[in-house]
Amino acid sequence: MTNPTDYLLAVEGLTVSFDGFKAVNDLSFYVDSNEIHVIIGPNGAGKTTVLDLICGRTKASGGSIKFRNRELTAMKEHEIVKAGVGRKFQNPSIYDDLTVFENLEISYPRGRTVFGALAFKRDAAVRERVAEIAEMIFLADHLDQRAEYLSHGQKQWLEIGMLLIQDPELLMLDEPVAGMSVNERKKTAELLNRIIRNRSVLVIEHDMKFVEDIAHRVTVLHQGKILSEGSMERVKSDPKVIEVYLGH
Amino acid sequence: MTRTPQSLPQGRRLGRIDGDVAGILLLAALLIIVLPLGLDIFRLNMVGKYLTYAFVALGLVLCWGSAGILSLGQGIFFGIGGYCMAMFLKLEASSPEATKIQSTPGIPDFMDWNQLKELPWFWEPFHSLTFATIAVVAVPALLAFIVGLAMFKRRVGGVYFAIITQAFAAILTILIIGQQGYTGGINGITDLRTLKGWDIRTDEAKLVLYFVNAALLIGCILLCLHVRRSKLGRILVALRDKEDRVRFSGYDVANFKIFVFCFAAALSAVGGAMFTLQVGFMSPSFVGIVPSIEMVIYCAVGGRLSLLGAVYGTLLVNWAKTMLSESFPELWLFAMGALFIGVVMVFPNGLAGLYQQFIAPRLGRLLPRPASRASAPIIPPHTAAD
Repeated sequence: MTNPTDYLLAVEGLTVSFDGFKAVNDLSFYVDSNEIHVIIGPNGAGKTTVLDLICGRTKASGGSIKFRNRELTAMKEHEIVKAGVGRKFQNPSIYDDLTVFENLEISYPRGRTVFGALAFKRDAAVRERVAEIAEMIFLADHLDQRAEYLSHGQKQWLEIGMLLIQDPELLMLDEPVAGMSVNERKKTAELLNRIIRNRSVLVIEHDMKFVEDIAHRVTVLHQGKILSEGSMERVKSDPKVIEVYLGH
Repeated sequence: MTRTPQSLPQGRRLGRIDGDVAGILLLAALLIIVLPLGLDIFRLNMVGKYLTYAFVALGLVLCWGSAGILSLGQGIFFGIGGYCMAMFLKLEASSPEATKIQSTPGIPDFMDWNQLKELPWFWEPFHSLTFATIAVVAVPALLAFIVGLAMFKRRVGGVYFAIITQAFAAILTILIIGQQGYTGGINGITDLRTLKGWDIRTDEAKLVLYFVNAALLIGCILLCLHVRRSKLGRILVALRDKEDRVRFSGYDVANFKIFVFCFAAALSAVGGAMFTLQVGFMSPSFVGIVPSIEMVIYCAVGGRLSLLGAVYGTLLVNWAKTMLSESFPELWLFAMGALFIGVVMVFPNGLAGLYQQFIAPRLGRLLPRPASRASAPIIPPHTAAD
């Protein structure tokens, strides 16, 4: 065990190799409470892998990930979720065959065991919370609609809503505005700015304009290592970053 | 956006007879009134036999239709359920008086033929009907639990899981056939006579058993409906769609798969036990790969997403099988193959899908009351093979 930290999330010496290829190599970074931390970097830099490692989808070869001083690398995926880490996937990952209401309800943090789910009652507390979240993600009028028929942007919002209803302390978003229209993008930035109260957000994003709008701190990854870190201003003027990433 | 009345959340539909319940009442009327009035006892007993497969099909609707877990080994559980019941009945039929011509009286005849001198230890508890009845459900559920634990915790799924269940079906068949002295071998357990002194071979008993079977089936449909309408039912659909999303919403996905697999196994076993009672024997020919696949076909033809569809599918395919094999025995296997290909290629949601696509909208126009959403189960655009 390393020393306890004050950071909400402390990633130290994180390494993962796939058949000898080090997708993430001795990576260390920290996320503060109430911080929007953005990871940028060229394709194949290992951004999504970092999220996979934090949420337990991929097992680390070495290093540690501490969330509120709890080691995540030894925990199972659903335990990590219960500890307070929520993750949004790159492609909208929602349940097409269920309604918006049902999508949100499944994410509501109650009745998560087999028999808990069997005995789960859709009571007023659930309805209110679903309605509240639906309002927040601009889908209040679509509660009874099958998720399949939502637009791409709406699906992204729905998945963000499915995470919000769990009220995670750390929210991880993988390219939340990819494929969105300008208007949807603006609404998403507004949404993110609204939901960061009392929580931290770790975002992967390619859209520089969007990153500038939301980021408190930016980490630039390149070939599994940190190239540069700091405020957007600082990162933008870093000659190394310009060369490998922004210059293209 | 349009808000249709049929898409109201389920909680708001209470106090009204919905489509599912109406459908179940209709089926109950067919099974309990129409068929017994219209068929002689020979045909009715045959329908009763078909209906025992419907238990398996119901299990498959939950396991395969809802959760997307295709098991090609449901015959295992049907068979074990049937064997548990057959063991009790066989012991009752093997009283020392009835078997006094054997070299060891008081043990089942096939054991005597195989030079066994005493009853094997695992047969002993089957002297008790209570034990046997519990075993009918508990043994298959336990086996499914162990298989499920080993597979789903390791995230084995899809085709691999299907193949492994098939291998288990083959293993169990070989085991039963090989251990002739303990199981009755390829002939199975035959010559079953009485249940607590009540002769199950008479027409009267067959009639009673038919009604018991029909009532149990309706009960099981209601139970399945309850599961499907609970949040657990929606989680099963969700994990068929996006397993990772369910996992990263804080659920231990494997536990849900294990549950539904065990549930389906227990249902199949009830069917197996009723089969033994109505047909009067149980043999390995209901355990192996071929019967297991046939059971999947019943479910697919009826519609793997519809509980009632699966029951009608089972009845229809079996009726067709009987008709065809009475007149053109050599054609049946080809017909079965064609049927399966047809279902997968042309109507992946089976009869229930056709009903919802073509008949339900017309019925909806005739009736003032809108059809409830729950009676039109969610139809994913996937093929039957996924």
